Parts: sequence; C-alpha cells; structure tokens
Amino acid sequence: MATVEACAIDVVYEGVDRPVRALEACSLTVADGEPVAIIGPSGCGKSTLLLAMAGLVSPTGGEALIAGEAVRGPRLRTALILQDFGLLPWKTVFHNAALGLEVRGVSLPQRTERVEAALARVGLADFRDAYPGELSGGMRQRLALARALALDADLLLMDEPLSALDALTREDLQGLLLDIWRQRQHTAVLVTHSIEEAVYLGRRVVVLSPRPGRVAAIVDNPGMGAEGYRSTSAFYERCNELRGLLAAEGAFDQDPHVGGEGS
Amino acid sequence: MRRLLGYVGAVLALLAGWWLLSVAVGSPALPGPAPAISDFVRLWWSDLFPQLLHSAWRVVASMTMGALLGAPIGLLIGRSPRLDSVAAPMVFLTYPIPKIVFLPVLLVLLGIGNAPKIALITLIVFFQILVTARDAARGIPAASLLSVRSLGATRTQVFRHVVFPAALPDIFTALRISTGTAIAVLFFSESVAGTSGLGYYILDAWGRIAYSQMFAGIIAMALLGVVLYEILEMAEARVCRWTRVGR
Repeated sequence: MATVEACAIDVVYEGVDRPVRALEACSLTVADGEPVAIIGPSGCGKSTLLLAMAGLVSPTGGEALIAGEAVRGPRLRTALILQDFGLLPWKTVFHNAALGLEVRGVSLPQRTERVEAALARVGLADFRDAYPGELSGGMRQRLALARALALDADLLLMDEPLSALDALTREDLQGLLLDIWRQRQHTAVLVTHSIEEAVYLGRRVVVLSPRPGRVAAIVDNPGMGAEGYRSTSAFYERCNELRGLLAAEGAFDQDPHVGGEGS
Repeated sequence: MRRLLGYVGAVLALLAGWWLLSVAVGSPALPGPAPAISDFVRLWWSDLFPQLLHSAWRVVASMTMGALLGAPIGLLIGRSPRLDSVAAPMVFLTYPIPKIVFLPVLLVLLGIGNAPKIALITLIVFFQILVTARDAARGIPAASLLSVRSLGATRTQVFRHVVFPAALPDIFTALRISTGTAIAVLFFSESVAGTSGLGYYILDAWGRIAYSQMFAGIIAMALLGVVLYEILEMAEARVCRWTRVGR
C-alpha cells in the first residue's frame, strides 16, 4: 500500500541573497495505485514537492508520509525518474538498470533475472552491454524506466521525465508509461510541463500556484487510461479546463526562460 | 595500426630534423642519428637496458604511489566542503612550490639510493593528481548524485558508483601529463646523485665525451616516456570505455 500524503509541507531554502519559499502549506493525498499528475507555472516548486516525497529534500515544516510512514530518507520501493534520466554514463545499460538492486545488496543471480525482465519489458534487451552515450533520448528514458521496474517499485515519482524528448518519441513513451501502469497498478506522481501529458497520464491533475507552491486546484480526470482517450472530446475539454486554471495562476504571463525550476 | 604508422612517420621526421641539425651545427657534441642509433643497438643489452630498468622502476613506483595517494585524498577533499575549507588553502599554498628544490633535503635524509628519487617524483605526481581529482569531484553533476542517492546509496556507494568513475578520465589525463614531469625530475635526480639509471648514464657519457653514447641514452629515456604514455593511454581506453562511445 503506497499511499502518499503531503501534510502541509513548507520548504524554504537558502537563495543567493535571501531565503526562497519553494512550498507553503502544500497538502496532497494520493491513493494507493493512483496515478496523479502535477502541473504548474515554471518555478512553482513542483520538483521540490517530488523530492520531498522521495526523501531527498527535508521539509522545513509539515511532513510527507508514504504508506503511513514519515519520509526520513530514500525509501526502498520508491523509484525516482529525473528529467535528465539520472543515468550514469560509465555504466552499461545492464548495470544502470541494476544499480538500484546493487545498492540494496540484492544477489547477482536475482539481480540479473529482474534486470533482464525489466529491460525486455521496455524493449532494451538487445542493448544490455551498450553505454548510455550510445542510446537515443527515448532509449535512455526507457532505461531509466527499466531501473524503476527492476526495483519492483510500488511508487514511481517522475520529474518531467519526457520533457527532453521529441514529440513522437514522447507520445510513444507516454503510451509505454500508461501500459506499464495499467499492468502493475503502482502509485505514480508525475510532474510535467505539458497539459496533454498530465491529462493522458493523471487520473487526477493537481495544479500548483506560483511560488510558494500550494495546491490551487485538483481536476478529476476519470477517463484517463481509456483506449483512445487522446482523441476524444472529453480529453480536449479536460485540457482546456486545465489551460484555463493555469492561465488563472499566471502560468502564461512569464517569460519561460526566466523562471527556474526550483528543484 | 594507424597509430603505429603515425609513430613511424613522426620518428622518420624527427630523425631527418636531427640529421639536418647535426649537419648544420657540425659539432661533435651533436652527432647525427646514425652513430647514436648504432651505439644504441650495440649497448642495449649490456648498458642501456639495465639502466632503463632502474629508471623505469623508479618512475613507475613513484607514479603509482602518487596516484594511489593523490586520487582518493583529492576526491575526498572535493566532495567534502568542510575538509576542503581546511585542505584547499594548504594545497594552493604548497602546489606552486617547485618540489624539486627539496631534492637536497631528501638526499640528506634518505641517502643516494632509490628512496629520495622515488620520494621526490611521488611528491610531484601526488600534487598533480590531488588537484585534478579535487576539481573533478567538485564538478560532478548534481543529477548523477541525486539519482544514486534516491536509490538509497550510502556515502561509500556514492563514491564507488559516481564520484570515482566520474573523475577517472580526468585522473588518467593528469597521469599522462605528469609522465613528462616525472621523467624530467627522474633525469635530474639521477644525474645529481647515485650511479644508476639513464640520467646517470647520460651524464656519465657526457663526462667521458662519448657523445654518441650520450645520445643513445637520450633515445632510451625518450623510449621510456613513450612506453609509459602509451601504457596509460591503453589502460584508460580499457578502463574508461564509455568515453569512447557514441556522442
């Protein structure tokens, strides 16, 4: 049971000349097995919220609970996928995918079995001895996903995992993420810049306000996961609804090159 | 193969330049390549090879020790702001001091055998590797560290999986560059004290006015440098294979 509860999380970190309030009383509950997408203006603290759930940022106030337990550090069955995929260039595909298991002291035969299954699942079985430098962007992202699958994670935290990919590869991987979720029914929290991606992959879409980040709105998206959802009118309506909410939060007012990501 | 052809071409060009220069200077102190090479071949097994072994042992031992001490300490300093605040000023103060000036002190303390020579080269290589490893460790992208920490890695595991491999190509580069310095210092320390090694051989031939033998010694010393450099290059290609793929 990997429910995620963010209870009134405050995060203040030292900025260049003054403290920066990244999150303020940010509360959110994600049910076990629920896929949730988080969207908001640039620099609204989305990534910080995700890192607090991953146990890599300690909240200055409030706390994050996973499966009812307070998060004090990285948790064994949480997998984090970062924007730049978090791959190590000096490790082969196999060893990158096996890293989580190796760090946790899983025996080599077991590691091999689980990693090979995970690589096969994401379509990288033929590339196990290649280095990340030899892979395309989409393949690197598949590898990051394989690492999470090999861990048998019950909670997948994703920080704009597809934002570095071209549109076609991106859609392909969104499909893969959805497939894998349908199959495994893990809890998923996806931070994204893309309205369409949020509606495609989030059963609920959380809109954060500009810094300091708070939950401004939550949009229910019951049609998520249905076959061919992307081309239905319900999908478009949901996207438009979100666009309106984001505009109200000032997401389209700022120069996109100025806002930092606040992670 | 291509590399070998490159070497052959470079050697031929150098020999031609040497020959032209010797003809232009016309002094017995600068013999042409022919007498030097004939002495090199004649004296290889009797004189040059044994001296080369002495020299090679000194330089390999000291480079190994310098790297084994410098790399871990540099990485630790680079990853620990607290350690860095203490160690960095000390390193920056001592790094620019030419360590070679300590040779007389080392000779007094350690005698005229292998010990002072190895100690001196180790000291020099140590600082070069230390500074490089520190900078490399500081420059590791935060995302690499974050992703491994998110998997629950301990400090030691972060070092093993991220910090050490990330810094390895830089450490190899520093080692390759330091072969030049190491051999220069080796020559100096062997020519100042002791009766073994190529440095001693070259200076001894000079004293005997045996110029072609002196140049045979110089060729042997150059050979030592090239072989060391190539060994490091091959080791790097093997150990840091990821730097040669794709991109």
